[in-house]
Amino acid sequence: MVDVNSPGASVNPAEQAGHLDPPPRMGFFTDTSVCIGCKACEVACKEWNLVPESGLDLLGMSYDNTGALTANSWRHVAFIEQPRPVGWQRTPPMVGTPTGPPISPATAEAGAETTVDLGTRPGLPPAPDPAPAGRMADGTQFLGMPGSELPGRGDRDERTDLRWLMMSDVCKHCTHAACLDVCPTGSLFRTEFGTVVVQEDICNGCGYCIPACPYGVIDQRKDDGRAWKCTLCYDRIGAGQTPACAQACPTESIQYGEVDELRERARVRVERLHADGVPEARLYGDDPGDGVGGDGAFFLLLDEPEVYGLPPDPVVTTRDLPRMWRRAGLAALTMAAATVAAFIGRPS
Amino acid sequence: MGVRTWIEGWPVYRQLTGTDPLGRGAAAKSARSDALTPRTDSAESMARSVCPYCAVGCGQRVYVADGRVTQIEGDPDSPISRGRLCPKGAASKTLVTSELRQQRVLYRRPYGTDWEELDLSTAMEMIADRVLAAREATWEDVDDEGRPLHRTLGIASLGGATLDNEENYLIKKLFTAMGALQIENQARI
Amino acid sequence: MAEAHPVGFQWVMEAKRRGAKVIHVDPRFTRTSALADTYLPIRAGSDIAFLGGVVRYILENELDFREYVVAYTNAATIVSEDYRDTEDLDGLFSGFDPATTSYDQSSWQYEGNEGDGANDTATERDSAAGLRHESHGPPVARQVMRDETLQHPRCVYQILKRHYARYTPEMVERVCGIPKERFEEVARAWAANSGRDRTSMLVYSVGWTQHTVGVQYIRTGAIIQLLLGNMGRPGGGVLALRGHASIQGSTDIPTLFNLLPGYLPMPQHAQHPTFDDWVTSIQHPGQKGFWNNARAYAVNLLKAYWGAAATPENNFCYDYLPRMTGDHGTYQQVFNMIDGKIKGYFLLGQNPAVGSAHGRAQRLGMANLDWLVVRDLFMIESATFWKNSREVETGEISPERCRTEVFFLPAASHVEKEGTFTQTQRLLQWREKAVDAPGDSRSELWFFYHLGRIIRERLAGSTLPRDRALLDLAWDYPTHGPHAEPSATAVLREINGYEVATGRPLASFTEMKDDGSTSGGCWIYTGVFADGVNQAARRKPGREQSWVAPEWGWAWPANRRMLYNRASADPEGRPWSERKRYVWWDAEQGQWTGHDVPDFEKTKPPSYRPGEDDVGVAGLSGDDPFIMQGDGKGWLFAPVGVLDGPLPTHYEPAESPVRNPLYGQQANPTRKVYERPDNPTNPSPPEQHSEVFPYVFTVSRLTEHHTAGAMSRTVKYLAELQPEMFVEVSPELAVERGLTHLGWAHLVTTRGVIEARVLVTDRLTPLRVEGRVIHQMWLPYHFGAEGLVRGDSANDLFGITLDPNVLIQESKVGTCDIRAGRRPTGPPLLDYLADYRRRAGVDGHYPPVVTARADDDGSDDGTDREA
Repeated sequence: MVDVNSPGASVNPAEQAGHLDPPPRMGFFTDTSVCIGCKACEVACKEWNLVPESGLDLLGMSYDNTGALTANSWRHVAFIEQPRPVGWQRTPPMVGTPTGPPISPATAEAGAETTVDLGTRPGLPPAPDPAPAGRMADGTQFLGMPGSELPGRGDRDERTDLRWLMMSDVCKHCTHAACLDVCPTGSLFRTEFGTVVVQEDICNGCGYCIPACPYGVIDQRKDDGRAWKCTLCYDRIGAGQTPACAQACPTESIQYGEVDELRERARVRVERLHADGVPEARLYGDDPGDGVGGDGAFFLLLDEPEVYGLPPDPVVTTRDLPRMWRRAGLAALTMAAATVAAFIGRPS
Repeated sequence: MGVRTWIEGWPVYRQLTGTDPLGRGAAAKSARSDALTPRTDSAESMARSVCPYCAVGCGQRVYVADGRVTQIEGDPDSPISRGRLCPKGAASKTLVTSELRQQRVLYRRPYGTDWEELDLSTAMEMIADRVLAAREATWEDVDDEGRPLHRTLGIASLGGATLDNEENYLIKKLFTAMGALQIENQARI
Repeated sequence: MAEAHPVGFQWVMEAKRRGAKVIHVDPRFTRTSALADTYLPIRAGSDIAFLGGVVRYILENELDFREYVVAYTNAATIVSEDYRDTEDLDGLFSGFDPATTSYDQSSWQYEGNEGDGANDTATERDSAAGLRHESHGPPVARQVMRDETLQHPRCVYQILKRHYARYTPEMVERVCGIPKERFEEVARAWAANSGRDRTSMLVYSVGWTQHTVGVQYIRTGAIIQLLLGNMGRPGGGVLALRGHASIQGSTDIPTLFNLLPGYLPMPQHAQHPTFDDWVTSIQHPGQKGFWNNARAYAVNLLKAYWGAAATPENNFCYDYLPRMTGDHGTYQQVFNMIDGKIKGYFLLGQNPAVGSAHGRAQRLGMANLDWLVVRDLFMIESATFWKNSREVETGEISPERCRTEVFFLPAASHVEKEGTFTQTQRLLQWREKAVDAPGDSRSELWFFYHLGRIIRERLAGSTLPRDRALLDLAWDYPTHGPHAEPSATAVLREINGYEVATGRPLASFTEMKDDGSTSGGCWIYTGVFADGVNQAARRKPGREQSWVAPEWGWAWPANRRMLYNRASADPEGRPWSERKRYVWWDAEQGQWTGHDVPDFEKTKPPSYRPGEDDVGVAGLSGDDPFIMQGDGKGWLFAPVGVLDGPLPTHYEPAESPVRNPLYGQQANPTRKVYERPDNPTNPSPPEQHSEVFPYVFTVSRLTEHHTAGAMSRTVKYLAELQPEMFVEVSPELAVERGLTHLGWAHLVTTRGVIEARVLVTDRLTPLRVEGRVIHQMWLPYHFGAEGLVRGDSANDLFGITLDPNVLIQESKVGTCDIRAGRRPTGPPLLDYLADYRRRAGVDGHYPPVVTARADDDGSDDGTDREA
């Protein structure tokens, strides 16, 4: 096991997995500041990888009806509506629009300048008090989880700012991948590109990898029991092609390339955004010193990771395994020594 | 498969003898993974096409194997789209290979409560009969003042914006010769 | 744009990366708004007030690109002293006839040319004559009086200034609900980013056309772009993002009742009884520009249609063309179906039961046909109305009583046939065939070729005069394969045109002759087969050629990628700036050159001036860049060609909760109305009872779906992304009506009631309009009763009221009521609707078209007209 307690070192996981002279580590940089939420990535992924459909459910999570990364959704676009400014919009988009208490049903009638009752009143129902939507206006914030609550609404007296964050999530292809560590069959393996792939011809559906993933990415498919997730289009990249999602992405929000080069590109992009008045721009998963040794698929976010449904401080769940292994090994050696001693000590 | 190959294909053997003692990388690679190539590489042909949805006109590459479409993806050569597609364009393979596509002619007779199957050539003959009958019944030669009309208002047609220029050309040409004036398409809506 | 044309939006993001500012104005905050630098919410239907405010801002602050405006637009042209503006007539222009609700355009003419305006505009409205101008301007006199100081009180510049004087920021705020500071922010940015060194681009999607003032929306945008010098220049222009793969092509080679290929008008029975009458009406002898050759274009089309039978002696079979007598548009057709006047109907990849306004009328019309032929990839609502529709539910249609015979014929998909699409920027792209179509699926090319073949065989030997047009038709296309598929290449060659004697393909429409020695099916497409090569099939990779990419596909006309690009150079032919260099005059070579095919006669120098008697192309000066306009100028003021006024004017939508704050005239006085009991209109001020439908709604597309849904609700990977019909409302409206997030609500108009799941979102906001709060809601229009995901159709809410220029319906704005809970089902639904109509007082009552108090014009005084 790799000792992940020595952070900071940029390692090539492919080398550590026995790939001699591997090609550069490949990965994704997903720049959410240019994502338009079109979901081309979700569809292109499914078309290429022949992923089954994931259900016809209206989730009410803004425009997200996929919900999460699952065995049947290897890309997932999250939508977050927030009552706060986005840096590139100098003027709050909703400034000057009516605010204040709920509008009375009589407003419409009065405004129509037909104040004389002609016996045709529509008989408007009184507004329930407090209406469900009104109750929701108390400042709940949408955190990317399914629910029936109103997305994103803050203080209703300050209806000025609005931003709509979109982010295409994917398997992170961790440098230290717990799913791989726990896989007993060798189905999950580290490719020569440093990516983490489930081999469908090996996986026996034991499911150990599911709880091991610190991001909740890998998932079992109900009908066949096997684990499925993004392969970073292992077949395509092996032939020098771009993964399906990145090729489709209209705005280059999903960028595919050598991880080292992508990290540099991401750093420059953050600097540019900071200079352009978007101080909230930050990278997520790019740091080789983080709890998973850095991700092969990392992100530029415009808010805290939790807002996008990402863990703020992911840690490889098998972090303590080496120490445990050492102890277990010591115990086993002791046992073996004792056994040997026992044999040696036995009178012949 | 020789014994040696068989043994070398055995992960534990590779794990113990190779560079990947922990069996998480090179040694764990399965036969399928080893042989994996993109299916576009094995396509028998590739047609250069254009997305059928909106009017941006994104380039598509349509890969075919065994007479079936196996992949449709963006054409990187296109100066319009540079290989990119939206979710609809990206779903084009499912659009054209969908099992929901109707593949047989269906016929609903007057006052019928369900569809019936119909032979395509019979349907063509029946449609020709009806076109000619409707034209005959509603033909207008001249107006009240004797000026030519040369038309029928008994036949109408709607649609064309999803079709090819060549198709629209033949549609308009045939209907015009037939005297059918009431031809419309999505440009009107 | 990010919503409906995501891949096109990559170029907006590219521009943004290079420092461009993106401004988005939309009733709802969309995926485009999220990426824009500035977003403004606007009341649906108030865009002319907004854009008119920008015009005023430019003029009041003298921010126009004066050198461009004087040289290239009609700003300096003097208008007749008979002209009266909406300022004088309470929202009407001079020449209005209340009896026909149309204009006599004589008083709108240029000084001294008043006779040019004596067009029959009521007839032009019925024939959607505005569409003809897609390839060329309408005729005007070529010699006009001009005051290049722009001081003459009747010059266009001054008229424009006066017309828009009241479109102040305060007025914009009152009408549109946009705070005036925010409006000024946009106006300032637009003007500041335009001129010699910079250009701004205006992009709209076709929702702009779906208004009773749709053409005038776009006109207002064009006026701004002309004033700021943004037309014919790189990074400028007015860009229409169209919504179907070949909707441009199906207008160029029209499956439309009022046009023939290349925007030649379908003849009208009274105006065009003879070939010469018809050709003269297109050509306008004495006119400047390329329409002077209209006779050649017309002859070539007739030769392409009737081949050897078309001779000079028989006027090239002109008499075979059917004649228009009035409005034969799709909505008139629907009413005619309901009235039992139409026997047979073909649906070719279109789904009117969901996609057209007033779904109930569409379905009732189809239920009253003798026969219906539906050709589509999937089973659509328009094929199953007789067993699976709202009207079956309410008992208005029952299979046992519906006599319509329905043929469903499966169609070939885009990968199962070859041919060209024309995309939104006039680019033709050839598609190669990938696979054979499955089962009985066939292309339209196959269907129509063989239908024509069978019909011609049936008629062989007929001596009836009416059958000559079919029997003489040039219909001998080569076929191939087991199904005898006609050759699309052969058809494209015919469209391109060729020399009759030799078969040599024409390289340009300038080679077309009017004596029958050449033939060509669509003159604007001539050149697509130049040198016998399918130019539309060219696919030189974009990265291997210039940024204009002239060797990818082929654009009409003449592979020109940007129209009117002569305007990218100054009157002397020099680029306006190095930064915006595009097409310029090379004095040494004595020709125009640049990145694109110059949209000008190649060797006509900037200094060229026509003689008194020069007409046609020779009549155009060397500094007249708008070569398809009768005077070579960009039109700020349109003396003819636009039926509802020479200048765009804010009218309220046909259904609005507010009185027009600008004029007594409430809505477009020339809009096309169908006053029928089955087509009621919700009341709007000054009518009573508008409070019954107090909210504004608008509809549009979602990224995940396509039009009426036949190509997306049937596709599993798209259906799951937006699986249900929903309505977006603001939290304020949710409170007002007791709507809960993800709960059900139903929406009601006088035509229909639909239900939808509720999405409460801050992306919708109430607006303050005329001192009161207006709520807007938004719906996708993709849903129907068939497919993997189903739901009620938003278009069931709309009635049918049309733009007068192009007969396109107002289906982007209407009024409605919204209530919590699901709608009634079955027959009670009809009672529910009837009660709304009763309370709104609309039974048998139609809103007055004229509400202006234009005393000196002798027009209607605003009293109701009862049907």
